[in-house]
Amino acid sequence: MSSTISPSAPPIVEVTELTRAFGARRALAGVTFTLSPGECLALFGPNGAGKTTLLRVLAGLIRPTSGVARISGIPLPAGPSARSRVGLISHHTMLYEALSPRENVAFAARLYGVRDARARVEASLQRMSMLDRADAPMRALSRGMQQRVSIARAMVHSPQLVLADEPYSGLDESGARALTVLLGELRSAGTAIILVTHNLAEGLSLATHAAVMQRGRFVRYDSADRVEAGSYSTLYREAVGSG
Amino acid sequence: MGNTLSAAWSIARKDLAIEFRTRSAFFSAVIFALLGLVIFYFAWDPTAVSVTDLAPGVLWIIFTFSGLLGLHRSFGVESEDHAIDGLLASPISREAIFVGKAIANLIFVAAVQMVAIPALVVFYNLPLGRVAAPLIAIAVLAAIGLVAIGTLFSAMAVNTRLAELLLPMLSLPFFVPIVIAASQSTAKLLSGRPVAEVSAWLKLLVAFDIVFVAACTLAYPLTVDD
Repeated sequence: MSSTISPSAPPIVEVTELTRAFGARRALAGVTFTLSPGECLALFGPNGAGKTTLLRVLAGLIRPTSGVARISGIPLPAGPSARSRVGLISHHTMLYEALSPRENVAFAARLYGVRDARARVEASLQRMSMLDRADAPMRALSRGMQQRVSIARAMVHSPQLVLADEPYSGLDESGARALTVLLGELRSAGTAIILVTHNLAEGLSLATHAAVMQRGRFVRYDSADRVEAGSYSTLYREAVGSG
Repeated sequence: MGNTLSAAWSIARKDLAIEFRTRSAFFSAVIFALLGLVIFYFAWDPTAVSVTDLAPGVLWIIFTFSGLLGLHRSFGVESEDHAIDGLLASPISREAIFVGKAIANLIFVAAVQMVAIPALVVFYNLPLGRVAAPLIAIAVLAAIGLVAIGTLFSAMAVNTRLAELLLPMLSLPFFVPIVIAASQSTAKLLSGRPVAEVSAWLKLLVAFDIVFVAACTLAYPLTVDD
């Protein structure tokens, strides 16, 4: 797990003592980390640990209750300038069933004001091997194919930060491989990635940093040179076991 | 402003493309409107109530309730696989989302009106020729206000378990002033009164539109930003 970033690069994500409460329950209870261009944080933890909430705060979908979060120096809750730098992949496809993959990705390109949108749409679909089904209705595609389109949609504007919440959900072996290669290439090109996954091997293969979340906190956070798969596996099993 | 309108138009085009493909809400609304006309027609005793007294009420009841069918679907399409998250995470303003939805809904309601008004004229043998232009103006002005309110409450109701019930319950009380102004001005026109006599109602409709469009556009971000 080597990092390709320049040590002097300013961080894309800066999170300090971030909290988010839903009523009396604190989904985030003081999360702190930074992520620079080309770095990938693999985030593990049991269901309800706060991983998705963290990504939703960073995507500008929900407001933090307290603490500070910045995307490329822009404080959250994010305005359009910060949101334009983020690509969100979720286990929900966020696509429209009545539109085709090409129309869905083109719609996203219009929202993000992508220049040379037609070429970018084709390239994104090509990258996820969806060009041959680009005009089929979404509802005619399998769950895995829909997820590929969702990934193409998230990448069409070349984001500086990719927030990937269980992106392997529904993908077959070749789709998962394509996604791993894509995320690796993005990282090499300087894109920062936060990857939420339950698959330790996939997560750690891409990560320059790794964390285990439990009850809204990082119970372990390591940078590249200190991540050790065996100890993560044990800690993750303990965390999932205790919920 | 330009970016907001451009993004709004993209959203409206997307919504209309989805509706054009599925046609589910449009056909439901048109069938509802035509059925309403037929039911009112057969329940009508022409010797007791004149057509000019009955038609305005029929017209605006039908528009109000058939419009709700389309308004409910407006944000319903965004709840499919959390598509709304894709919109909210994109770098467009919340206001652009609202305006885009409202434009699509306005075109939807206008399309229903284009079927329902001629049907009303045929069923009730209305002398429409002389009053067609001012009636269209009333229909457009009323539709703008109804759509602004309905779009906002559609956004609020969509994530609730009783969305189909909640949307009319929230919207109808706010529809009342618009429907009163629209039906009063329609009644005067159909009974042969001069257009100048309805100008006060038209001004009231314009005032309602300005207030409701501005208030609903400003209120929409509060329904999605928690």
